[in-house]
Amino acid sequence: MATLSAQGWGWQFAARPAPALKNISFDITQGERVLLLGASGVGKSTLLRAVAGVLGEDEGTASGGLTLDGNTPESCRGTVGLVLQDPENQVILERVGDDVAFGCENLGIDREEIWHRVDEALGLVGLDVPLTRSTSALSGGQKQRLALAGVLAMKPGIIALDEPTANLDPAGAIALKHAVTQVADATGATIVMVEHRVDLWWDFATRIIVLGPNGVLWDGAPSALPEETASVLESAGVWLPHKQIHSSTHHVGSTVLLSAQNLQVGYPGSPMVSKEVNIHVRAGEILAITGPNGAGKTALALTLGGLIPTQSGAVIAASELQGSASGITPLKWRSRELLSRIGSVFQAPEQQFIAATVREELAAGPKALKLPSVEVKKRVAELLERLHLTELADAHPFTLSGGQQRRLSVGTALATKPQLLILDEPTFGQDAVTWTEMVSLLSELRAEGCGIVAITHDADFVAAVADTVLELGGEK
Amino acid sequence: MTTISPLAKLCASGILGVVLLLSLDPVSAMVALLFELALLPWAGVPARRLLRILIPLLIAAPFAGLATLLYGRGVGEVLVVLGPWEITSGEAELALAITLRVLAVALPAVVLFATTDPTDLADGLAQLWKLPARFVIGALAAIRMLGLMRQDWHMLRLARRARGVADGGGPIAALVRLGNQALALLTIAVRRGSLLATAMEARAFDAPVTRTWAREAKFTARDGWFVCGAAVIAIIAVMMAVMTGAWNFVIS
Repeated sequence: MATLSAQGWGWQFAARPAPALKNISFDITQGERVLLLGASGVGKSTLLRAVAGVLGEDEGTASGGLTLDGNTPESCRGTVGLVLQDPENQVILERVGDDVAFGCENLGIDREEIWHRVDEALGLVGLDVPLTRSTSALSGGQKQRLALAGVLAMKPGIIALDEPTANLDPAGAIALKHAVTQVADATGATIVMVEHRVDLWWDFATRIIVLGPNGVLWDGAPSALPEETASVLESAGVWLPHKQIHSSTHHVGSTVLLSAQNLQVGYPGSPMVSKEVNIHVRAGEILAITGPNGAGKTALALTLGGLIPTQSGAVIAASELQGSASGITPLKWRSRELLSRIGSVFQAPEQQFIAATVREELAAGPKALKLPSVEVKKRVAELLERLHLTELADAHPFTLSGGQQRRLSVGTALATKPQLLILDEPTFGQDAVTWTEMVSLLSELRAEGCGIVAITHDADFVAAVADTVLELGGEK
Repeated sequence: MTTISPLAKLCASGILGVVLLLSLDPVSAMVALLFELALLPWAGVPARRLLRILIPLLIAAPFAGLATLLYGRGVGEVLVVLGPWEITSGEAELALAITLRVLAVALPAVVLFATTDPTDLADGLAQLWKLPARFVIGALAAIRMLGLMRQDWHMLRLARRARGVADGGGPIAALVRLGNQALALLTIAVRRGSLLATAMEARAFDAPVTRTWAREAKFTARDGWFVCGAAVIAIIAVMMAVMTGAWNFVIS
């Protein structure tokens, strides 16, 4: 049994001028189910890592106290189990059984007991695959449940979850919630969770703690949250459930910019090929592409963006989009020709960063187009402002939070004002304020005649801006 | 073959390798190679896969020989003159010996490792040879990351194209771009590595308790016989070479 207690705790990262968190105080007793909320970049993940005792001393300095039954988190390994956001980066070993057993081995548990726990943990999270199955053959949702099982097998008193459903499709997210609920019921473990999908977890939580820049903003049972506090929190960026999404009037685009005929997509060298689709992307229209994990949405975005070859069928640029570029096939265009025509924003922002500061990152595209430096500066300043990144202009892109990185990567595509934008999960990791800003930014671009394709799991986003929706099926 | 302890395979290919490197004669290498080829059908590797993993070796070995043939020290009588190259009988003999030797040493190593699961090898190294778990598990986790790095490299290339910095400027600019992309891959790899380290640490990796192992690595009598078999092949090869007078000890 463990009581988690923070007394005026704070953390300052080594390279940053201001503390990431300060004056955090709370007492969490055994069995509570806590949802940690707060605006983008407020330090929710940092707090979770501190609770799990994996925030390195070399990364920064702590102030105040953070204790588990009076001990530091670092000294009680195994008491807190941490599940991270990206399932890809927390699979440790090659076989499912070994991966679940890993934590138990480290804690020095007996061999027989380990395999007993492995079976139990896999059963609880509902992952019904052979123990020898290769972990790389699992889907994103399965990997996330594997990570949960690995933590569970250690029988931790506290389970910390950092956006466990962020990379999952709606069905995968519901399955994970089911697994977490089952685990909490069966083990009585304390759950401390950071999540953007508050609607999904609201009824699960017994307590919410809202973090602000100067300490805890609100702390209490979800049902006890006063109406007026809720609206204050929302305007500060905190996601709360049942936020009314005003669905916009549907716009009908004008000219077709890009069409796909009998298109099947897939990664080069991979046997997986999507179903056939026919698409017309029009200027002044937002096309949302939805569908389960593994349906080929990302491959479709890359194919439409002229980055990977089609598996069959064709992607054809209309003359409006083509302009002076060579040919009607975007795949054949030169990199610079692509820049002012089709802007692509990838799922993983990190892969797209090419500069050492946020400012240079935004300037890179306009510079490649050889725009005058006055114009480059103007565009960069505008984007920094709109994307709430002005204060971070000189930070290294890799040091930003997940939500901030996402906004920056969208910004890099907007900087060259392409006629067509292809965005893979544009609202990923955004808080209520930056989400609204992103939605209005895209609506404005649409009004200016930009064609937009957005791959998304975000149903609210679809309701708010999509003019056409294409659902990509799971099986081929 | 897949049920033999990876440590036994490591020992077997080690014995053959060390013994065969002691002499540079065609006979011992030939004898060892013949034994190895005869045992190949029992390696448990499908012919097609076997061919695929052996192709680099089959290409590399004759080249090692060819280099000796053309650039070796001219010993013995001149056999052929090819333009600037004089090929002597001494060189021809040495070239044959080297080609056979590369094959005889590399063949068991390649085949034995193709049939080894890295996880089993790690189990053996850490439990039986008591290598530090920190090092063995770390390496094992890193092997898994290699596949992700390949994907990252591909995505980086696409991302650079989307960012407008993927072409133009001639070969030097292309080299600079390749360098930048490699640097970006390194950055991402370090980042992935540190995330994985966090995930491992969160699961009490390197905790101050004695680690247990979910699976016991065993070295059975069968594994022992396997190593003995390799030693016997090595001994026969050496004896044949000594008896035919071909043996020439490299350190003399």
